[in-house]
Formats: sequence, C-alpha cells, structure tokens
Amino acid sequence: MEEKINVMIQNMVKEDNQNKPGLGNSGDTKGILEVQNLSAWYGKTLAIKNISMSIRSNAIMAIIGPSGCGKSTFIRCLNRMHEVSHGGRTEGCIMLDGKDIYARDADPVVIRRRIGMVFQKPAPFPTMSVFDNVAAGLKLTQFWSRRWELEEVVERSLRQAALWDEVKDKLNQSGASLSGGQQQRLCIARAIAVQPEIILLDEPCSALDPASTLKIEDLMRSLVTQYSIVIVTHNMQQAARVSDMAGFFLADQDRAGILIEYGKTSQLFTNPTDKRTEDYITGRFG
Amino acid sequence: MNNLNERGHARRKWINRIMLVLSGTAAAIAILILALILGYAMIRGISYLNLTLLTQAARPVGETGGGMRNEIFGTLILIALGSIIALPIGLLAGVYLAEYANPKVAATIRFTADILAGVPSIVVGVFVYAIMVIPMHSYSAISGGVALAIIMVPVVARTAEESLRLVPASMREAALALGITRWRAVIGVVIPGAMTGIITGIMLAVARIAGETAPLLFTALGSSFGLQGLMKPIGSLSLLIYHYALSPYKSQQQQAWAGAFLLIVLVLGISIVVRWVSNRKQF
Amino acid sequence: MKRNEQKALTPGLMKSPRLIRRSGYTDSIFSNLTLFFTIVMVGILVALVIILTRDAMPAINKFGFSFITNTMWNPVTDVFGALPAIYGTLVTSLIGLLIAIPISFGAAIFLVELAPNWLKGPASFIIEMLAAIPSVIIGLWGLYVMVPVVRHPIEKWLGSHLGGLPFFQGPPFGVGFLAAGLVLAIMTIPIITAVSRDSMKAVPNEQREAMYALGATRWEVINKAVLPYCRTGMVGGVILGLGRALGETMAVTMVIGNSNKLTASLFSPGATIASTIASQFGEASTGVQTGSLIELALILFGVTLIVNVIARTLVWRMTSMKAAKK
Repeated sequence: MEEKINVMIQNMVKEDNQNKPGLGNSGDTKGILEVQNLSAWYGKTLAIKNISMSIRSNAIMAIIGPSGCGKSTFIRCLNRMHEVSHGGRTEGCIMLDGKDIYARDADPVVIRRRIGMVFQKPAPFPTMSVFDNVAAGLKLTQFWSRRWELEEVVERSLRQAALWDEVKDKLNQSGASLSGGQQQRLCIARAIAVQPEIILLDEPCSALDPASTLKIEDLMRSLVTQYSIVIVTHNMQQAARVSDMAGFFLADQDRAGILIEYGKTSQLFTNPTDKRTEDYITGRFG
Repeated sequence: MNNLNERGHARRKWINRIMLVLSGTAAAIAILILALILGYAMIRGISYLNLTLLTQAARPVGETGGGMRNEIFGTLILIALGSIIALPIGLLAGVYLAEYANPKVAATIRFTADILAGVPSIVVGVFVYAIMVIPMHSYSAISGGVALAIIMVPVVARTAEESLRLVPASMREAALALGITRWRAVIGVVIPGAMTGIITGIMLAVARIAGETAPLLFTALGSSFGLQGLMKPIGSLSLLIYHYALSPYKSQQQQAWAGAFLLIVLVLGISIVVRWVSNRKQF
Repeated sequence: MKRNEQKALTPGLMKSPRLIRRSGYTDSIFSNLTLFFTIVMVGILVALVIILTRDAMPAINKFGFSFITNTMWNPVTDVFGALPAIYGTLVTSLIGLLIAIPISFGAAIFLVELAPNWLKGPASFIIEMLAAIPSVIIGLWGLYVMVPVVRHPIEKWLGSHLGGLPFFQGPPFGVGFLAAGLVLAIMTIPIITAVSRDSMKAVPNEQREAMYALGATRWEVINKAVLPYCRTGMVGGVILGLGRALGETMAVTMVIGNSNKLTASLFSPGATIASTIASQFGEASTGVQTGSLIELALILFGVTLIVNVIARTLVWRMTSMKAAKK
C-alpha cells in the first residue's frame, strides 16, 4: 500500500515536472534532451567523443571546462548547427521527446525552431530595426503576419528579455544601434520570439561588461520557468551562480573533448566525483 | 677619395631628381589628358546644347530645330531592357557562387564570368546579330537590350558574389539558428546585408553600358524615331554621337558634341556617385 | 498553463511536436533556380563560341588558313584576307602600349611613392575617371581635337626629322595608325596605372625602409626595392591593358581612316580587326563577306581571351605572392 502511494506521488510529481520552476526533479531520469554517445568531427579531426548526458527541463545546465575542449562544438550539436560549419559531422543521437534529432527524416529547420541559440558575439541583423529583429523568426517563416500579432509577440519577447523598457521608444531604430549588452538581450528576445522549448547559449556574456553580464544572468533565471537552458561558459563563478546542473568537459590525450562528469551544480562544486573536476574547480588549471 | 665620393653622390642625386620630376610629369600628363578631353567635351557640348535639342526629335539636315530627344529616350530604354534581362541572371548567379557552389565549381564559374567580361563588346554585338537579328529579319531594340545585358551579367554577378561573401558568417548562423529555411535566410537576411555592394555593382554596370556603342551597331542599329516597339530599331545617345561625328554636316557635328556632353554627365555622374558611396561605406 | 496561453496569442505559429522533414522542396527550388541562372551565364559564353564558329564557316571553308596571311580585303572579288586588319591591330596596340607604359608607370610611382597624402586620393580618382569615359566620346574628341594636332605639327615634325624610317614617310593624313595608337594609349593608361599602383602598394614598407637605411635616394629605393618586388603585377597590368586595346572599337574606328591596305607608314590610314567589323558589317553583302567578318570576330575573341587569361594569371600570382609573404 505504501508502495502504491509512493508510486502515485512520484507520478504526480513527474506530471508537475514540466511546469515547475527552478530545479528539475531529482527523481526524474528522462530529461527533455537525452544525449547518447555523441561524437562530432570537423572534417577528419575529432572534436568531441562519446558524450552522454541528460538535460533536464526547466533547469539551467552549464557546460564548463577549459577552452578548446569542445564545449562550443557540443552545444552546436544540440540544435544541429554543427553541420552548418565547414566539414561538420556527427555520430550518435540526441533524443528530443523520445525522437532522435539526427534521424534521417528529421528536419533541422524544425529542430532549430524548438531549440534556439544565442551566440557569443551579439549578432543582431544590422539591416533590420529592433522590432524587425525580434520578429525576424516569425516574418521569415510565415508568408504573411498580421501586424498586431507581430506587435504582441515582439512586446512579449522583449519583456521576457528584460529589454522592453529600454527599447520601447526605439523599436524602429537599427538593431545595431544598441549597446553590447542590449544587443545580446535583443538576440535573446529574438530567440524566444519563436517559442522554443530549449535555449542554448554559447558563452553569451564573454563579450559583455560585468553589469550587462549580471543582467543576463538574472534574465536566465527568470526564463528558466518556461524554457530549458543550456549555457556554455568558461567562467566558473557564473556557472556556480546561475546553473542548476553542470557538466564538466576536458580534452583527452587525442585533443578530443570528453565529458568527465555532470550532475547538480551544488554537488559538482562542493563534492565532485572525479579528481580532474576537483582540480579545475579549485583552480589548479584552466 | 673624397672627391670621387662627392662626384658619385652628386650624380646619384641628380638622377634622383630627374626621375622624380619625370614621374611627376607622367602623372601630370595623365591628368592633363583627362582635363583636355573632359574640358573640350563639356565646353563645346554645353555651347551647342539648348532646350530644342533635349525636347525635339531629329529633323532632316537643313531644317532648323530638331533635337535628340528620341535618342535620349533610346539610351534610357536600352539601359532598362539590358537591366531587366541582366539583373536576374547576374544576381542569382552571384547568389549561387556565394552561397551554394562548392569551391572548385565556383572557381571555374568565376573564371568563365571573367572571360565573358573580357569579350570585346563588338564581338558581343556580332553574336547577338547572329542569334537574334538574323532570325528576326530585323534590327530591334530588344536585341540591343540583349547585347547590353550580356555585357552587364558578369559584372553584376561578380560584384554581387563579392558583396555576399562579405556578409559575416555569424549573421548567417544567427538566421539559421532561428529555424528559418535556408532560402529565406538568404533572401531575408544575407542579401539585405549585402545590398549596398550589390547596388554599387549594378550602378557600375549601368554606367558601363550607358556609353556602349559597338554592340548596338548591328542590333539596335539606331533610329531617330522613338520607341516604335521592341522589335523595331532604336537610337541611343552613343549611336548618335558616332553617326553625327562622321557626318559631313556641321550642324550634326555640333549635335554630336552636345550629345557627348549629356552622355558624359550621365556616365561620370553615376561613376562619381558610386565612388563616393563606396568610399563612405568603408567606415 | 502559461505556455498554452502564449500559444493562443499567436495562432499562426505552428509548433509541431514532430521532427519529420516537411516537404523541403522550397529550399531546393531556390538553389536550383540560382544554379539555373548560373548555367545561363556560362551558356552565353559557350553559345558565343559555337555560333561565331558556325557563322564563320563560309569564310573558313573558302579560305582556310590563308585568311590570316592574305593581304587583300576585296569585297568586289569576294576574296578576303585578314592580314591588314591583324597588322593594324598589332601596330596600333603596340604604339598605344609604348606610349602608355612610361606614362602609366610614372604616374603610378608618383601616386604611391611621391605624392603628398592629400593628393593621392583625388589624383587616383581623376585618373580612374579617364577609364569611365565612353569610347565613342574619346573618338569624337580624337577626331576633332587630336587628329588636327597629329596632322600638324606632330606628323610634320616626325616626317621631317625621322623621315628616313619607312614608318614616318608619306603624307600626313592625321587619321591613321599613329592617331589610333595615341587614342589607344589614352584608353589604356588608366588600367595600367591602376594595376601598377595596386602592385606597388602591396610592397611591404620594410623593404623600403631597409633600402633607406642603406643610404639610398628616393629613386633608388623605388628602383631597387619596390619595382623588382611588384614586377609581376605590373607586367600583368600591361597585358590587361593590351587586352583592352586589342578589342577597342569605337575610338579606333573613328580615327584610323578605314583603309584595308597594308602599308608600313604610320601616317597612313589603316584598319584594325575591330574597326573592320564595325565599318563593314552593316553593308556586308555576300555570305562570304559576312562570314569573313565573323571569322575576324572569332579571331579577335580568341586573341583577347588568351591575353586576358595570361594577364589574370600574372595578377593572381602577384596577389597570392603577397598573401604568402604576409
């Protein structure tokens, strides 16, 4: 009887899981993205090797590690951007909702709608206004959109990106006329305007000043109630501040990136399983 | 010893001075030539220019009045025809070269485009004569347009390709990461990003064909009537200058100068604007 | 929940849980469209070669190789030889280059090494404007302004002082090979200057500084450090100019006098391949004459093709040398 009640409670908790803010459910074994034995090459060079991890929904997963160990390559595989690079090739699978995004009949365009990305260097479209930048994902996929629909989406996305108040009078100005931190938040707004389920951020703050960095970190914590977030960062303090889960990458002897360990941030930082993780965290290298 | 050195040194200085003066003279000659040509054309041209020339059609020699209105229109119409044909071909070929072609194929095609750009314009005229004028049994405006288009296509394609290549990869990636199809990313993001360069290339091509005469000699042929239809001959300022320059009649020779003035204003005007815009863009 | 609310706000946004490929034909339609027009562009060149060869056949069949060696161009007897035109093309281009090279090299040296900074931009710009002037306007100017000067005093002077040479004998017509050569010089100066200038700019400053440090004069630095470095590019520029001169039609036709006789004197009227085509094509009566003119066009195409390819290879080599040295 107790067992049954426990199972019932566990099931209820599992059902609630998707909409629960904050930490992913620790009892949950299936994440929103399941990476299974992922390896990636640039031409003949192996960049990452046999990565397996589970990315929880409504949680922030930080990918940390010294530079050159495949973190960016890994995150670009999550939304099939890696194959856009010259000579990019992958093996292994990544399950989204139980379906492999690298399946033969999977469409990268659809996948990238559901898994959005923000890049290291803020890349607003310079020929478009702020408004058009945020609406770009919609305007360029639909054949026509009612103006009021776009306006709603743009305002909502800018609000979620904590940028609305700063740009609401400047919507028609060029996207490139904003400051660096604002541009990056614009890119985040642009990414969330298409309502992805997962947002990938590749070192989003490395080109920004500390004040903007903090703003974006706060932004991420507010976004995690609705989205699942994966962030690559070379800044350990940022990972400790912001993330719920963390994965530590390192380059092995063949210069290919491997995943040393991953788990709850608090656990990884205070009580890592692998000595190499501990060395990195305590600053012995990297 | 000292004497020898000084003499040698003096000689070197002397040579130095002469060479520097010579090269300055060379530059001055080049600039002088331009001044002479432009000067004569502008001054003589303006002196013969009057409102009649701009607004009336040509009249037989001996009659007063008469002008080059139809030839002016002819130039504009031929430019329009050439552009309508050449722009889609050139732009889309440029897009293919920049976005889709693999490097080896792209190099070959680029080479072909450069060869096409180097074909003497009279040869282009002969070619269009053979494929259009003969089957159609008549000279025509459209064949003139085709000849001009053939000259424009490689210029537009190469400048479009180079402008598209300048668009940073980060912009392309940002567009694709939004879940946009490749073709919409190219049309909606990459091409607008290259627009200044593309338009510059188009304007340069237009400036080039505005002054072309040789390819029109056996295609559009020339006429003093306006647009009588795409299948009929048409005149242009450049053809007018050529025919009138060789004419024995003073009145027509004067009109040649006036026409030259107009053509220079058009061609140099476009070239200068293009220069100015592309110099600004570099900052 | 919240997400579902968002969905209702934007009904047009489809969020399909599927990952299946939609009919992705739009992408291939577009890329195939661009490929199609690229093929059109390449096809123009291919068609040009094929059609010109086909239509030159009447002349090729009738004359064979003797077309190039025959000196008579006679519409009356329907016998055509291209040698006068070929000779005229070569002679006028040669004169043009002989005059243009020193002026262009000198101007380029001035623009890169000697001119004060404020002068460099405007002066380059002016010389490039010369390239933009349509050929027919240079012909007009050449015919009415330059030819009278060529007739007297230039040809008079040359005739009286150098009249021993067969080049400078005969009455000074004004129009003729010399005038055409001068006009070609005017038209090739901008190209040779531009390419030479770019080649010289590519020489790294360390080369110049090393020479200065040895106590060289300005000219010696240019002569010993700069010029040898960019020789390839400058030669490439000359050949590019040659390519342009060979195909130049309008200005040449207007000042060359249009005679199909082969003469040694530079003062006499002549013809180039381009000018022959331009002046006779409209009135060609027989298939053989038209075929001969088209064969001339084919020859001109082939020659300019070879010259341009050589020029581009040289200029390409210079730019890749520059990239390698960096």
